[in-house]
Amino acid sequence: MTAHSSLSDFLKRRLTQRTEDVLTAYLCLLPWIIGFLAFTLGPLVFSLVLSFFQADLFTRNIFIGLGNYVDLVQDPLFLKSLRVTAIYAFVSVPLGAATALAVALLLNQKVVGLGVWRTVYYLPSVISGVAVAVLWMQIFNPRMGLINNALKVVGIEGPSWIFDSTWALPSLIIMSLWAVGANMLLYLAGLQGIPTYLYEAAKIDGANVGRRFWHVTIPMLSPTIFFNVVISLIAAFQFFTQSFIMTGGGPNNSTLSMVLFLYLKAFRQTRFGYASAVAWVLFAIIICFTLLFIRSSSLWVYYAGEERTE
Amino acid sequence: MSSFLDTALISNARRVWHPVFRQLWLLVLVLPGASLFLIPWLWMLSTAGKDTALIWKTPPVWIPPVYHWENFIKAWLQGDFAVYYLNTFYISGMNVIGILISSVLAAYAFARIRFPGRDILFVVVLSTMMLPRQVTLIPLYMIFSELGWINTFKPLIVPLFFGDAFSIFLLRQFFLTISRELDDAALIDGCRRLGVLFRILLPLTRPALAVVAIFNFTWAWNEFFTPLIYLDSPKLFPITLGLHRFIGRAQIDIQFLMAMTIVSTLIPIGIFFLTQRYFIQGIVITGIKG
Repeated sequence: MTAHSSLSDFLKRRLTQRTEDVLTAYLCLLPWIIGFLAFTLGPLVFSLVLSFFQADLFTRNIFIGLGNYVDLVQDPLFLKSLRVTAIYAFVSVPLGAATALAVALLLNQKVVGLGVWRTVYYLPSVISGVAVAVLWMQIFNPRMGLINNALKVVGIEGPSWIFDSTWALPSLIIMSLWAVGANMLLYLAGLQGIPTYLYEAAKIDGANVGRRFWHVTIPMLSPTIFFNVVISLIAAFQFFTQSFIMTGGGPNNSTLSMVLFLYLKAFRQTRFGYASAVAWVLFAIIICFTLLFIRSSSLWVYYAGEERTE
Repeated sequence: MSSFLDTALISNARRVWHPVFRQLWLLVLVLPGASLFLIPWLWMLSTAGKDTALIWKTPPVWIPPVYHWENFIKAWLQGDFAVYYLNTFYISGMNVIGILISSVLAAYAFARIRFPGRDILFVVVLSTMMLPRQVTLIPLYMIFSELGWINTFKPLIVPLFFGDAFSIFLLRQFFLTISRELDDAALIDGCRRLGVLFRILLPLTRPALAVVAIFNFTWAWNEFFTPLIYLDSPKLFPITLGLHRFIGRAQIDIQFLMAMTIVSTLIPIGIFFLTQRYFIQGIVITGIKG
């Protein structure tokens, strides 16, 4: 009898603890859940709906089905922005990844003053995109800028960089390399996580530096590379600040990014429906490339053991 | 015998000298890259102290004969930078407070409590990190404009009191590294679930809270897009918008622009140097960009 009552007591306590747990959990999550519904899910659905409307702040909204999307495909300015964004992303991301990896490999060689070098390479990533843009506007200045003055020393007459429609986008790509520091830190951490016995085993098997790099470093680092490239690609598709501040999308729309196009449509022309359609095209592109990349990862990303997947 | 001695000496010499040569060789590789990364900073510093005549001089003068420190003061006064600084401190500070309160609670639930729907909700948190913000931008703008929040700090602050996916993720990872046995012991002793969070976990995760605070402060400090959308009147501008406005002024002198660019970066750079360890740790743990 006493044993029975203590058992039911025990069960009751367990049950109330369980109820309390669930209540506490949802109480803790309440702000986030409200925020998610109000600031993410609701607007997400709303923006999809909006993309099927001809909508601006002042006139009545008219349902036009896929009209905005049809217009987009025929809008030469949008197609231009698509091309600019693609070039920027597919040139700056691999270039940045290679630069970051090269620097990380170098710094991983137990070089003296590691902390100093790490800081030097990382520091540009700390400051705002606006500050970087304003500084590089002057560096690219055709007359007094750093680059053309340096080129003059070796007898080259430099181009007008951000004022030249051929060179403006390459200028932004060059500038983006100055901020590879965060990627470099991630590669450095990845390299330091590779167990040294792998290199020793490879050495005993007679592998030279190059083979050790291709058969130990790269496979072991592939999850880091994968992660970095995905994140950088998503960020590169959304590039805006550089163009907005340095060139305003010009000259001749040569640096008009998709997000800048969206910004101009939404906040200069208040064409909210059209701009929402742009946002969804951008979103679709990002999802497609991310999924494609994740799909391809089984071919080239090596995960050592199950614990890496957590 | 002597040949044996020679070999011994040579190998000894190699042992001593080889690392030195190696270091020299490494420095030869590291230094050019490091200088390329440093030169823009030095050039900015040098330009900020020049006078107009010197700016346009070719070949450029790296060390101005007279460094015009007064450029900083003149530009600061010309550009209302005191206002921008105060605004940025306010916005960034409020961001950190909002994110810490809301994200700590959410992260605790995800890391420590078993409840129905947990895994699905966590996947939702992770997927919101991947969502480009342009997708929700226009409806948010319309909602905030309906609420009369345009040209106030509210759109920049209020949403962050409802949690931030990156911070929730980061704090959850930290909570998971602390042994659950501590929770269980406290629960057996009659501590409530929330008591566990405030009495046991938070004191143990102060470094994690610091990482979240540092990152979010710096991001908020550097944020350009959101204030650009929501703020119109210069007296509300944060430093990024202020700097942008400064360029927009007709015929602004380059030395003033560089001086204020330096000034705008002082806080993030200062934070980085003071909290370097946390900073690097945070980047490595979450894989996010500074």
